[in-house]
Amino acid sequence: MTNQTDPTGDVRLTGISKTYGAFTAVHPLDLTVPQGSFFALLGASGCGKTTTLRMIAGLEEPSAGTVSLGGQDVTALPPYKRPVNTVFQSYALFPHLDIFENVAFGLRRRGLKSVKKQVGEMLDLVQLGEQARKKPHQLSGGQQQRVAVARALINHPKVLLLDEPLGALDLKLRRQMQLELKRIQTEVGITFIHVTHDQEEAMTMADTVAVMNAGRVEQLGSPADLYENPRTTFVANFLGTSNFIEAEVDSRSGEEIVLKAGGGKLVLPEARCSAPAATGGKVLVGVRPEKISLTHADDAGEIPDGRNRITGRIADSSFIGVSTQYVVDSPVCPDFEVYAQNIDRDPRLVPGAEVVLHWNPAHTFGLDAAQDADAGVEEAA
Amino acid sequence: MSTLTEAPPPLAPEAPEPKPPKRRGRWTPYWLLLPGILWLLVFFALPMIYQASTSVQTGSLEEGYKVTWHFATYWDALSAYWPQFVRSVLYAGTATILCLLLGYPLAYLIAFRAGRWRNLIMILVIAPFFTSFLIRTLAWKTILADGGPLVGALDTLHVLDVTNWLGWTAGDRVLATPLAVVCGLTYNFLPFMILPLYTSLERIDGRLHEAAGDLYARPWTTFRKVTFPLSMPGVVSGTLLTFIPATGDYVNADLLGSTDTRMVGNVIQTQFLRVLDYPTAAALSFILMAAILLMVTLYIRRSGTEDLV
Amino acid sequence: MPFVNWLKRNLVVIAGLLTLGYLLLPNVIVTVFSFNKPKGRFNYEWQQFSLDAWKDPCGVSDLCGSLSVSLQIAFWATLGATLLGTLIAFALVRYRFRARGAVNSLIFLPMAMPEVVMAASLLTLFLNMGAQLGFWTILIAHIMFCLSFVVTAVKARVMSMDPKLEEAARDLYAGPFQTFVRVTLPIAAPGIAAGALLAFALSFDDFIITNFNAGSTVTFPMFVWGSAQRGTPVQINVIGTTMFVVAVLLVLASMVVGNRRNRHKA
Repeated sequence: MTNQTDPTGDVRLTGISKTYGAFTAVHPLDLTVPQGSFFALLGASGCGKTTTLRMIAGLEEPSAGTVSLGGQDVTALPPYKRPVNTVFQSYALFPHLDIFENVAFGLRRRGLKSVKKQVGEMLDLVQLGEQARKKPHQLSGGQQQRVAVARALINHPKVLLLDEPLGALDLKLRRQMQLELKRIQTEVGITFIHVTHDQEEAMTMADTVAVMNAGRVEQLGSPADLYENPRTTFVANFLGTSNFIEAEVDSRSGEEIVLKAGGGKLVLPEARCSAPAATGGKVLVGVRPEKISLTHADDAGEIPDGRNRITGRIADSSFIGVSTQYVVDSPVCPDFEVYAQNIDRDPRLVPGAEVVLHWNPAHTFGLDAAQDADAGVEEAA
Repeated sequence: MSTLTEAPPPLAPEAPEPKPPKRRGRWTPYWLLLPGILWLLVFFALPMIYQASTSVQTGSLEEGYKVTWHFATYWDALSAYWPQFVRSVLYAGTATILCLLLGYPLAYLIAFRAGRWRNLIMILVIAPFFTSFLIRTLAWKTILADGGPLVGALDTLHVLDVTNWLGWTAGDRVLATPLAVVCGLTYNFLPFMILPLYTSLERIDGRLHEAAGDLYARPWTTFRKVTFPLSMPGVVSGTLLTFIPATGDYVNADLLGSTDTRMVGNVIQTQFLRVLDYPTAAALSFILMAAILLMVTLYIRRSGTEDLV
Repeated sequence: MPFVNWLKRNLVVIAGLLTLGYLLLPNVIVTVFSFNKPKGRFNYEWQQFSLDAWKDPCGVSDLCGSLSVSLQIAFWATLGATLLGTLIAFALVRYRFRARGAVNSLIFLPMAMPEVVMAASLLTLFLNMGAQLGFWTILIAHIMFCLSFVVTAVKARVMSMDPKLEEAARDLYAGPFQTFVRVTLPIAAPGIAAGALLAFALSFDDFIITNFNAGSTVTFPMFVWGSAQRGTPVQINVIGTTMFVVAVLLVLASMVVGNRRNRHKA
């Protein structure tokens, strides 16, 4: 399988926006999706991700800005003239046509007479060769989803748009289809733009993720980059869980910022601080729950030097198999979350126990304190 | 995957087309509406206006009619034919209530208890439509015939004594009495009650019955508190679909009744087609229309179901 | 007590079946009396079994002529009302426009109007215009009162249709016309068919409006009405029975075919 390498195959959105009366669904947005990539637009419902997708498809007319595909401006083209195909949220398979005719629809509309070979091969690709003459309602959800993918892909679009394609499937099938879609994308080498509200799905499948919130892209990057270096509290909370401590900048030494929080001191690498950190100013210090170690207060002396540490009391613990999740009540942060792997469980770590939380300063990130520390918590839930 | 390596067929033209007008197809709905709405305006609304104008004309068939704003026609028509008006409302009202009482169990049966017989029963409810309703109404002449088995049974069971006392029948006859007319009306409009009832009952989630049972409701309470309220849209449209045509009907009164059971439809028909007194006929028709629109509006207001279309 | 309990549980079934009996009794009578050999002019009393009427269904003058007139009018009225009604239904569901409320009322009112009122007012219009009453005036009237029922039937279907399907068609290179012909129309077809069937039944069986606006043209219901005054030939029952049986058989056949097709494909 060779990729259709087209040097100008990028999707480029320039200053694109959409308003409905007084409501702005998408604020002016610049975005480039490189040819051949698997790109995810991630956000809660109503954040503008589907509207953005529909503007690329031509199903929604942008209020301003342009859409170009491979260097060609397609803003004024109706959807049926754009080399773009969509996999719809509820699949939108034509109920009056069988699977074969559903998949052949696009080819026939473009005047191709002999579609049998192509449709057969495409159905084999999605492993539905046997079902060609069934009607959509006779297939399971997962099969319908694959038909929707086949129906779009057979047209060799420059870009395949996927609008929450896995939302209607149960968890296990969703996992399976995530891998399947990833496999197909690698095999055909077409650009995929995938809209989803499921952060795990976006991170598993996409090379690049754009996190959207209230009609804007909050942050764009690789899944690992977004997770490790969130630049806003929304991104930090929407992708996984984060703990935040409000701290005051005490001093700066070389590559490190030293902060005061409660009675103690915390160290933050300057490179991981996206906020202006003037001495005396406030910074939100963030750390992911799985980076933290938990030590009973009696053994505090055994903690190596050079680690960030805060004290607290275990408020709650829940055993979930691979790990134990603790909620720790600390003076600097009321519910600090800690995920401890179940390797050597300390029997003293029960609710009420006094503990010390400590972590490698390199895992600390700093955010602008002038934002809501809980942004994105509700949406991610 | 050889198909995917082939060059994709050309899709988009070289140069982008000029931007389409922002509000493409702004006139489309009006073009779609035009023929049908025009038809209704010319052959439904305009005739109403003609009828209103005819009702205030005076003159004769030989010399022609002129609009003289002779509103006295209304008064004369009402004072001459008020018994027929009252009778129409009474007969149609009784028939509507009977339709509801008879139709509800059947609609309920089809919706919840018929199982695999559901389609067959549905067909049997609808199929009589295809035998002309006049032929079926004439069959009632046989069923209710004097001295026939049904009338004989009613007589033996002393039912006729009761209906005679109520003034619904006369002597040992059912035919040519109010009872026969109401029976015919009920029969003719029963499907119009059953179908909307069935539609609204069928939408009710069967699990609601289980939930009600689970929450200690007895079957009758479940019906009163859950099923019936949820079927209200069907009850409202069913009663309207029965009452309105029944009020204006003159076929049943003519075929199964006598001169003492004439309804307002009979009068309008006679005035228009036999007596040729157009102003009186138009006035009567106008009063009937106004009365029905008034009653329907009040009824819909009370039952709170505005969205019937 | 088991019987009382059984009765209690099945009361609604018994009541429902009694109603069904009430609905079907006249059809039974019509069928039975199609084999009657009446003494006088009226076919209301059972005399003796005979196949005469079945052997010669057109044996009464004008009967089959009136049937043919009714079928023609029903055909054209169905065509006209279905076409106009479908257009209105699409406009109502798919577009926003001014005067929507007025349009809705204009469609609702004919259904909420006693037939005799529409019949009488239409007659005043035709009289005022000096129109010749006959086939055409009947057809005009039938299209008028069937229209609203078609709109209601088609509207329900189009409303329940997923607008995403049309978007999917446009996304798959179907222009506006192709989208309509390949996707919208086939999916709306059951609603249009239901509306057409209803229009046909309403038109074929209409008496009151026809009676006012027919002039000297005689439709089948008018023939029956006239015979109720002059004498009812047995052939009326033959035709009534045939229509009933044909309708039931057609519906059953379509159900069997539908079932088999589904099973075959599953």
